[in-house]
Amino acid sequence: MSSLESTSSWSLWLRQIGAVMRLELKKNFFGKRSVLVYLLALMPVVLLTCLALVMPATSTFTNLSRIFAWIYGGLILRTVIFFGCAWIFMNLFRGDLVDRSLHYYFLSALRREVLVVGKYLSGLVTAIVLFVATTVASMMLLYFPHFSSESARFFLDGAGFSQLMAYIGITILACVGYGALFLVVGLFFRNPIIPALILYGWEAINFLLPPLLKKISVIHYLNSLMPVPAPDSTPFAVVAEPTPAWIAIPGLLIMTALVMIIASSRIRRMEINYGSD
Amino acid sequence: MFFHRGKLFRGGLLPAAYIEKGAGGSPALNNSGFEMSESSEQTIIFDNVSKFYGEILGVNRVSLAIPPGITSLVGPNGAGKSTLMNLMTGLLKPTRGKVTVLGISTDQPEELFRRVGYCSQFDSFPRGLTGREFIRSVLLLSGYSKGEADHWTTKALERVDLLSAADRKIGAYSKGMRQRVRLAQSIAHQPSVLILDEPLNGLDPMVRAETIALFKQLAADGLHLIISSHILHEVDMMSDRVVLLNNGYVVAEGAIHGVRDEMDVEHPMQILIRCDQPALLAARMFQSDHVVEARVHDDRQGLFVKTRNPDQFYLLLNDVVAQGQVNVESIAPVDDDLSAVYEYLIGSQ
Repeated sequence: MSSLESTSSWSLWLRQIGAVMRLELKKNFFGKRSVLVYLLALMPVVLLTCLALVMPATSTFTNLSRIFAWIYGGLILRTVIFFGCAWIFMNLFRGDLVDRSLHYYFLSALRREVLVVGKYLSGLVTAIVLFVATTVASMMLLYFPHFSSESARFFLDGAGFSQLMAYIGITILACVGYGALFLVVGLFFRNPIIPALILYGWEAINFLLPPLLKKISVIHYLNSLMPVPAPDSTPFAVVAEPTPAWIAIPGLLIMTALVMIIASSRIRRMEINYGSD
Repeated sequence: MFFHRGKLFRGGLLPAAYIEKGAGGSPALNNSGFEMSESSEQTIIFDNVSKFYGEILGVNRVSLAIPPGITSLVGPNGAGKSTLMNLMTGLLKPTRGKVTVLGISTDQPEELFRRVGYCSQFDSFPRGLTGREFIRSVLLLSGYSKGEADHWTTKALERVDLLSAADRKIGAYSKGMRQRVRLAQSIAHQPSVLILDEPLNGLDPMVRAETIALFKQLAADGLHLIISSHILHEVDMMSDRVVLLNNGYVVAEGAIHGVRDEMDVEHPMQILIRCDQPALLAARMFQSDHVVEARVHDDRQGLFVKTRNPDQFYLLLNDVVAQGQVNVESIAPVDDDLSAVYEYLIGSQ
């Protein structure tokens, strides 16, 4: 008897998701398109390494938390994770369309919704591995070169470890939320760069938006979870109460689920017509 | 069988299509009037299917019921062959109408591709894979266990004679090898329906012959084979029936000889009779109404006859031979093949 006949739907789907992920992870980590993501992920690490090597200690240890909050919010979250997720997740389907190989997925005995989940999870694993590593490495590079003994105490006995965990959590949530959004963008738009830039603009001006509009964004909920508020140097910023974690986290997850449902609906109706891509 | 004889759609336009149980217990008919005696679980059915790419016509009002055996889709570039195949496999969605394959809707890939294999014309592959990895990965995607995937991958590679190159990267394959690895991928899961878009492209003559033999074997095993090809003599050699397409319309369908018979009025059948008295034979032939033309061969050792009724012609020829007036060496229809049918229906348009 074939293993297809003897397995339940759930175990079959899990096996198929595993097969999709194996193929996609190989592409995400070792494909030609992964170069840009590696460069993005390395950007803050290289920058902080250079600073550690070249610049003398210009700040006191107590200021480092606020400096990292500023680096994380401005560079890692808004730039590295945002554009990294855009590249990884938009290429999950768009890349296969450009390579003219998506039809092999569509010609397999595979529910298209299962394909969406498998591809999304592979993107998520890739993004989380790279950007969590970036977050951890950046934090270490900021603290340890000039204040090694204080930093060791901060991370082992002080608030350092919980802050690190909070930043890792925010990074994972950012990958979850942005990943789902960019997956859908890649499914709906032939040239996804323009919608990605529009989304970037919307997220970038979030601090200027009135409180109600702020909530229609991913960055607002991520900022609400920051362990240390980022210094706000913009005079026109509109101050709004941060959303509590018990709303921000489920809210992001619900948004992700809704976006994935839209992606599944889209993929069921999707046609292969490489000529028009 | 649906195709008792061929069916010709004059002017290329089909009547409004329906595929349903006939009233009063009469057999169900498809739009062409062919009796549908086999269940939809055994056939591929196009029910009044149209596909438009924006305002551009892909195929229009196609109604077909394709039974097991080898069916070839024939037509010039842009006729709609690949569109029909992509509709059959759900890669395209019909603008109107419905396609079912062995009773399965093309909206259900998880069911459809347990029974269907498709060797498309897209000459592209996932990057960086060897032939073996490629076939194996598609089987794993379909849910096969690793052991089964390995087993069926090796079997498929053996069948297309690609085992020796199985562990080389597909990027290093020749065109013919890429064609064969696609074929291996499409048959690896033992499908009941095999859809092949120009499967002989890029193959050398020896491999072509082997591949045609493989197709015939698969058809003899009870598979549906839907093949598109522009090499008419190969289609003629291997097909049980043909579907002729032009500009998105089905212009004829059925067994090749049946389609040819339908054309006798507009295109009388031409027969070459090799004999010792062609002039005498011509004189006798002209006495019959169904003979519209008789022309002596240039070497004066034969006679071309055009007749609207080949059966009557052969009876008459028997009489002539029986009377001992003419010694006949051979008789051969000159335009009773797919090339002639194609020329008459499509080549002249």
